[in-house]
Amino acid sequence: MNPGKGPVLTGAHYLDGDHACAEGAIAAGCRFFAGYPITPSTEVAERIAERFPLIGGTFVQMEDELGSIAAVLGAAWAGAKSMTVTSGPGFSLMQENIGLGLMTETPCVVVNVQRGGPSTGLPTLTGQQDMMQARWGSHGDYEIIALSPASPQEAFDLTITCFNLSEKYRVPVMFMMDECVGHMTEKVVVPPADRLDVWPRRWYKGPRDKYLPYAPDPDGVPPMVRAGDDYRFHITGLTHDQRGYPIINAECQNLCVSRLVSKIRNNADAIMLIDEDDTVKSGRTDVTVVAYGISARVATKAIADARARGLKVGMVRLITVWPFPERRIRELAKATRCMVMPEINCGQMYREMQRAVGDRCKTALVPHCGGWVHDPDDILAAIMEGAK
Amino acid sequence: MSPGELIIERGTAGNHPMEDFLRMDRMPHIWCPTCGLGTVLTAFIAGVKESAMAREDIAVVSGIGCTGRAAGYLKFDSFHTTHGRALPYATGLKLGNPKLKVAVISGDGDIVAIGGNHLIHAARRNMDMTIICVNNFNYAMTGGQFAPTTPEGAIMTTAPYGSFEHPLNIPFLVDSCGATYVARWTALHVRQLTIAIKEALLHKGFSFIEVISPCPTVYGRRNRLGTGLDLMKFYKDHSITRNFCNTREVDIKFQQDIIVGKFVERPRPTYLDAMNEHLAKALKDKFVPYAGPMKPE
Amino acid sequence: MKYWRKPLDAEQKKAPHGNVHVIFERCKGCGFCVAYCPRQVLEVSSEFNRKGYHPPVVAHPERCVNCRLCEALCPEFAIWNTLDEEEAKAVR
Repeated sequence: MNPGKGPVLTGAHYLDGDHACAEGAIAAGCRFFAGYPITPSTEVAERIAERFPLIGGTFVQMEDELGSIAAVLGAAWAGAKSMTVTSGPGFSLMQENIGLGLMTETPCVVVNVQRGGPSTGLPTLTGQQDMMQARWGSHGDYEIIALSPASPQEAFDLTITCFNLSEKYRVPVMFMMDECVGHMTEKVVVPPADRLDVWPRRWYKGPRDKYLPYAPDPDGVPPMVRAGDDYRFHITGLTHDQRGYPIINAECQNLCVSRLVSKIRNNADAIMLIDEDDTVKSGRTDVTVVAYGISARVATKAIADARARGLKVGMVRLITVWPFPERRIRELAKATRCMVMPEINCGQMYREMQRAVGDRCKTALVPHCGGWVHDPDDILAAIMEGAK
Repeated sequence: MSPGELIIERGTAGNHPMEDFLRMDRMPHIWCPTCGLGTVLTAFIAGVKESAMAREDIAVVSGIGCTGRAAGYLKFDSFHTTHGRALPYATGLKLGNPKLKVAVISGDGDIVAIGGNHLIHAARRNMDMTIICVNNFNYAMTGGQFAPTTPEGAIMTTAPYGSFEHPLNIPFLVDSCGATYVARWTALHVRQLTIAIKEALLHKGFSFIEVISPCPTVYGRRNRLGTGLDLMKFYKDHSITRNFCNTREVDIKFQQDIIVGKFVERPRPTYLDAMNEHLAKALKDKFVPYAGPMKPE
Repeated sequence: MKYWRKPLDAEQKKAPHGNVHVIFERCKGCGFCVAYCPRQVLEVSSEFNRKGYHPPVVAHPERCVNCRLCEALCPEFAIWNTLDEEEAKAVR
């Protein structure tokens, strides 16, 4: 490994997705990591354990995933950018405290390198089966932000984006990788540190005696302080008012939860990252493939084959998966005959797509139970069928 | 006003010397009459004052339960977290900003049952934090279910015919995991408790204080033990101070003698000291120590 | 004060004197202060406050030595002591 000068590993590297994600975290300014080993995410933790002592970070391997996510939240309130990584089973364990992070509006990043499930499933093989869990995994009503990379380069770039979004919206951001991208080795270019777009934490800048932990800015997000600066604030997972004090009644719940939900929903367009290819941009298509993560890359083969047979097929790649870009998908549905979604699960984001599309066009799912990527011919068959 | 004249203020405002440490806008607290938790809070504030530590350097974390409400009443940077996870949350706070002294105030069920795994490892690592574990022998907030600390024979709502489970000896547990300051007092031993809290806050390493506290509304009532005052009288008659007693021998049986005292006080490098020393030795001048949390500009 | 034998400086030394302050409405009638005051300064009042509890009343204010045990034991932050400064000065 090349330690380089300073924390950011500027240069061109040959890295797998896990290692690229670790470098992305370092480049984003993450200096606290608490995790627990689980295949296929362990390499992220291992690289961070090696790199952090060389660049001034604190790495701790906790006794379980519940401890990991709790420590990540605590460190965020101490004033550090913090992250954990896990896979499906650990992601399930973390849900309660992800809920605490949501309720207390704690910025942090949770990386899920997805594998085949449910339960212990396929520890070493890929899946995209936690997509709905990323959105609905914890109890109660809330909105989160989730991103999905399709390459090790994106595993680097989008980790930085995850930290940026978590700071801007004071919400835990789920980085939904999968084992294939995590273990795939490709060229990753890391720019110089001064060319990185790293957003700072939204610190409170007002008068000390007027500080209210949950009094929002105009965009619905409250600015933050850190422990140790004598603000004497109180943070609780109970339903709370602007002072952070628990108020147990329906009125307070309405105010508290509505703001948590609307701070994401009202800003959904600003959060959305979506990659529409030239065919989609050029106008009507016969079929539009809507995909995310590794399935989007596999679909490019099927799309090339379909185009060779004379069909006009475009690809829309979801980069932010949550909040689901339903307004954009609804618009794109008017410009095609059929939207085909391949995903390595039995139909998760497909339900969102169906809901957004309604009957504006046909929809088709190409499911896969996990363990490997799609056979492009299966996606091709769905495209050909959809074009009829 | 002549010496000794009683001042009775019939309002709810006042100048109690500890009010600056309390969130007076949330008083009165929710704890039952004759519950020992208010006394534990008083001892905590007294211990903080005696330690002369800077107020902003202390963060308070609690879990869920009656004791878990303590963070909500204390005017420090305070965190009311999820059930059982106060210790790893406190670990994150401490490692995120090593200048903080984190005090965890939580109950026996929260720390030793659902939080048991985290307790073991925080003690093993000798994380520099202070744990005040208020032991009322049951899950009180939810109505009085038995807990891993409930003595054999006690009647609780989920043990309606009496508990037959062997209870944990908490000082023995944390001692065996490597805690470097272990003490047990009751809510009646306020002066010893105050000194213990002061020592624990100033101690470098994992300090653990178990406080036996009366729970009249559920534990006391369901076992016909009387009010909190009756339970305090029981502690007075049945507690035996044995400093540096072997922690193996301090288990508690139903309505029998309770051994209290400072059981363990020994030096051992804290997690951060051990980590920094080790990495400095392994990496020499390549080691870059943690620079601390981000600073607000 | 009962002594086994009288201390040699009993005439010169005097125990400090404390004033007891009670916030009547805050008390929840636990009885800790009344039971554990080492000088039996307090008694349970026959009056009750708005919450229905019987707060302590300072029955023997002259006996208080500012040991502050009531302040330490009270779960409700309803009772505390202040040192009687004037008397402390007078003794010297």
